[in-house]
Amino acid sequence: MELLCPAGNLPSLKAAVDHGANAVYVGFKDATNARHFAGLNFTIDELRRGIEYTHDAGSKVLVAINTYPVESGWSDWQCAVDTAAELGVDSLIVADIGVMDYACSCWPRLPLHLSVQGSATNEDAIMFFHDHFNIQRAVLPRVLSVRQVANIVRNVDIPIEVFGFGSLCIMVEGRCQLSSYLTGCSPNTYGACSPAAHVRWEDRDDRLEVRVNGMLIDRFEPDEPAGYPTICKGRFRVAKQTYYALEEPTSLSVLNILPELYRAGVAAIKVEGRQRSATYVAQVTAIMRAAIDACVADPEQYQPQQEWQAGLARLSEGSQTTLGAYHRPWS
Amino acid sequence: MNTKTTHKTKLSLALGPVLYYWPRETLLDFYRQVRHWPVDIVYLGEVVCAKRRSLGYDDWLSIAHSLKKSGKKVYISTLTLLEAGSELGLLRRICKNREFLIEANDLAAVYRLSREKVSFVTGPAINIYNAHTLKKLVSLGLQRWVLPLELGATELASIRDAVPTVATEIFAWGRLPLAWSARCYTARAENRSKDECKMACDADPDGRLMYTLDDVPFLVLNGIQIQSALTQNLAPHVADIRRYGVDVLRLSPQSRDMDAVVACFDRIRCSRVPNTDDLATLETLASIGTCEGYWRGKAGFVPPAVVEARL
Repeated sequence: MELLCPAGNLPSLKAAVDHGANAVYVGFKDATNARHFAGLNFTIDELRRGIEYTHDAGSKVLVAINTYPVESGWSDWQCAVDTAAELGVDSLIVADIGVMDYACSCWPRLPLHLSVQGSATNEDAIMFFHDHFNIQRAVLPRVLSVRQVANIVRNVDIPIEVFGFGSLCIMVEGRCQLSSYLTGCSPNTYGACSPAAHVRWEDRDDRLEVRVNGMLIDRFEPDEPAGYPTICKGRFRVAKQTYYALEEPTSLSVLNILPELYRAGVAAIKVEGRQRSATYVAQVTAIMRAAIDACVADPEQYQPQQEWQAGLARLSEGSQTTLGAYHRPWS
Repeated sequence: MNTKTTHKTKLSLALGPVLYYWPRETLLDFYRQVRHWPVDIVYLGEVVCAKRRSLGYDDWLSIAHSLKKSGKKVYISTLTLLEAGSELGLLRRICKNREFLIEANDLAAVYRLSREKVSFVTGPAINIYNAHTLKKLVSLGLQRWVLPLELGATELASIRDAVPTVATEIFAWGRLPLAWSARCYTARAENRSKDECKMACDADPDGRLMYTLDDVPFLVLNGIQIQSALTQNLAPHVADIRRYGVDVLRLSPQSRDMDAVVACFDRIRCSRVPNTDDLATLETLASIGTCEGYWRGKAGFVPPAVVEARL
């Protein structure tokens, strides 16, 4: 079971490689990837150096080109595919059918992974991409139970990768337009939720309010920690009840179910967080490496160590973790 | 179809699949009325939640037959989020029917149908953001597609320029289905899990409103689907829509006054410039208000230009 770690820049890439990632995934400095944030991601030169560092250590570099180009932006995505291929990356992570078709026909020897943004939640959708574009791996959206993951692994001929730690998308990736409904920019088209330019923080009567393009997403008491206002983690009112109507600010963590994923035949565990610091990447990579090694060495006796749990909790949104959809009652 | 002549042909009206959980009698009665409505195309079937079984597949087929007799072109719509083996089983069964064409709402359906060399259409959850994707799907049997909800006139025009021959549909009326999840938000609002939902959504014939903390109706919880609280209404733009070569206007069913919505759109599609009375009537038929931002390249919730100017 491989460990894939995120890198938003060279220091994070080195941190991931140094702490035991089998592969790192990165993106270019534009909307061609789903972590399109200011100051983040790789120039061509940085990527070249990143590939060298990673390959020297015996690890792999994957490039995410996993947003959906509209017609006018097509050349940027085409250019991203060509650049990554020419630099000698190990695989591309792609969602859009058009981009996949292009990569598959122009760079037939470059392995393609189906991105989580491709919304493939079942074996037939995965086989669609396999039959037409020869994908070598599929990343599953964070909406499946462990049993459903195991069924997919059993029924498809290609390795399956799942998310193991980090921010939790609770909507099917690639099918969430909550952000564009408020801002015009979505993960699909722009590569980010609630882009910073649309976010406004305001003190009102000692309480901190956060609005996205004018719409109130949450309101914090003076002693409450305030997280980034993704719409799905805001507080709202339904009938008379005010609560986190969609999901609490929380992170996904599979520490407790690693042996189940291992026994299910999952090929790789992915850590979310290209927008995080190198320190964060180092800490999460080290913990996940230790956990996966312990799990693979003896899945029957595997017990998540308390220091791993505490370490990951400290790095989590709202200092709490969840099993998300892996654990059926969450749904 | 030749784009140069498209603007002269009449836009077709399509009634989208019912996105809510309506009781059996309500659905049967609704589709009895639809037989007499001036819609050309009807999409039938459960697209949101496999637990919603007020009608079974055979019931849908019998409604399909009766609508076909009334002169409607009928499509069977497939589930959008497929997770369980049983859901895939039903999908495969639907894809084996050869009497009605299928609206694929997941690539699983595209996979099954293209393998059998059967033509299909796609719904708004199939991500067709550019001409390259559209061309590939056309090569696999796609006959008509729905512009993704978050795209607008500019993107539509450039895709149409590159692929002028395939029929295009747009989501012209209804609350926008914005997101899908494993979690049932209606059950969550009742402090239940999805497995223990007791069909909580049967209380919400148009979904359940979710308000911001300052009481703005923002979104709608519809089981595992999240919708906009505002109704997207592209009626004011029908002249442009026609000019861009769109073939079909999709009207998404709501529990009340759907006949009036259809009647307004029927008159609007037949006239060169929409009648102001019809446009005013449509505004009153949206329970919270209307939006049209996506079409104009803005945020989806942006209201009609005239309303926006007053804000």
